[in-house]
Amino acid sequence: MRDFWSRFKRNRGAVAGLAILVIVVAVAALAPVLFPQSPWKMVQRPFLPPLTMDALPLGTDALGRNVLSGLAYGAQVSLLIGLVSTVVSLLIGIPIGALAGYFGGWVDDGLMRFTEFFQTVPNFALAIVLVAIFEPSVQSIIGAIAIVSWPPVARLVRGEVLSLRSREYVEAAILSGQKNSTIILRQILPNTLSPIIVLASLMVATAILLESSLSFLGLGDPNLMSWGYMIGAARTVIRQAWWLSFFPGFAILMTVLALNLIGEGLNDALNPRLSRKGK
Amino acid sequence: MLRFIALRLVKAAVILIAIVTLNFFLIHAAPGDPAAVMAGEAGAADEIFLQQLKEQFGLDKPLLTQLGIYLAGVVQLDLGFSYRQQMPVAELIWDRLPATLLLTTAAFVISLVLGTLAGVLASARVGKWSDTLISTVALLFYATPLYWAALMAVLLFSVQLNWLPGFGYETVGGNYTGFARVLDIAQHLILPASTLGLFFMAVYMRMTRASMLEVSTLDFVKTARAKGLKPGLIQRRHIFRNAMLPVVTLAGLQAGQLVGGAVLTETVFAWPGIGRLMFDALAQRDYNVLLGVFFVSAAMVLLFNLVTDILYRVVDPRIRAS
Repeated sequence: MRDFWSRFKRNRGAVAGLAILVIVVAVAALAPVLFPQSPWKMVQRPFLPPLTMDALPLGTDALGRNVLSGLAYGAQVSLLIGLVSTVVSLLIGIPIGALAGYFGGWVDDGLMRFTEFFQTVPNFALAIVLVAIFEPSVQSIIGAIAIVSWPPVARLVRGEVLSLRSREYVEAAILSGQKNSTIILRQILPNTLSPIIVLASLMVATAILLESSLSFLGLGDPNLMSWGYMIGAARTVIRQAWWLSFFPGFAILMTVLALNLIGEGLNDALNPRLSRKGK
Repeated sequence: MLRFIALRLVKAAVILIAIVTLNFFLIHAAPGDPAAVMAGEAGAADEIFLQQLKEQFGLDKPLLTQLGIYLAGVVQLDLGFSYRQQMPVAELIWDRLPATLLLTTAAFVISLVLGTLAGVLASARVGKWSDTLISTVALLFYATPLYWAALMAVLLFSVQLNWLPGFGYETVGGNYTGFARVLDIAQHLILPASTLGLFFMAVYMRMTRASMLEVSTLDFVKTARAKGLKPGLIQRRHIFRNAMLPVVTLAGLQAGQLVGGAVLTETVFAWPGIGRLMFDALAQRDYNVLLGVFFVSAAMVLLFNLVTDILYRVVDPRIRAS
């Protein structure tokens, strides 16, 4: 563990990313304390520019709502949906990849054709269609993001399992009469953890981008204030009120950047042999 | 080669049928009975009309028969009817397709050319400030929401600086013809195409840089250096050509995905393509149009993949031989 940390902190970008993420998480967690009022509530005149009132440092939107409060509650939505949809993608992708890699043959063929299908279909267009048809809600958004995001997980896990399967210790486990399920869960999967963790951290970033894009198009959960929704609502008034789209977008950029940097740092720390060239 | 193409075509056809089937079940998953939805869209929901619709679309038949009818329709390029717009979906899409193709092609070219150039530049100056700059820009582009970049570009280049138009396909009431019209459209194209290409530009930068560095450690490059060839020549003829192989694969995979991003760009820039059509269909919950655009963008992905697969075999003789 200490080894891991010393390798991780050698990557300055990753440490910066971690710092940004800690701030975002803190803001999300403290949102109800910092802004007890609902972010949907009108607090001042509409279109109040930033830095004109101390209580509203980022101004108000077209309906007089506090932009800063919206940002704080939006952080909750982004992190929640990013995290949960990644977990769901892992729950779909890991079993499919593990079964395909472990059993090979027609199981592998069938599962990989299935995976390929979802990889070929244009991701974002499918996500739009799914959320539109099942009506926008936290569940449908998470489901749609997970459905378009799991194929890389399945392919990664399949590759890892395929190479681990021929190792001697796995053959020994087979000969000793362990059940297939035990071998997969106890012997093989724990050894695929590092690359999965790296991939997952990058997937959270992609999921946050996807969620914000859906909300931007009006496919967000109507009960939740999200960054994408804020930008979507500000789109038509961009000429009068730049700050309404600038700040939420900047928040998305920083959060996604932080997660990508952390992902690279994790990659360096967990797979030291594969760490990037040219560094 | 012919056998290869035939095999790939069969595979593409199977995937297309799977997508159509998925579409069919999605329509059935849509809230409400399809006939009622259509009747609602047409603005008349009485019993007789409902029954008429059910018969017309075979909705009173078993599900599998319905699927057959639907598949047969798609084969004849019948993607259903949009009651909102009072037009067949295929026609709506066909009208808008050229604008989207123009936008995505431009975005593809911009991102591929600028991305690989920057990647090559960075790899030639590893560790220097220009490499750091390019790598940082790539990281930022990689994390920027597409639609936000589009909005900021409008704000900066058309509202503040007034350099480029930030709205539409051509100047309304401009009535340009010939070359002047081409120029007008090109001006309108710059902002949407570059913002749409931003993400992939970052991907190509990172990939080209990594790939160039990897190839430059291989033995044949050492041999070339030992022979005393000029570094610039080695860079262009030996390293670049080999480093481009993974980039070509990636380009084929992602060219089609640009259509998805086009929904966002076309929404911001009021670009009259199928992305904008999809956005408008969303607001009206016009499911037939939605699924039609989805189908067409999937078909485009398949087409792009097919083209790259063939190109790849032409470019890389090793694959042709095996």
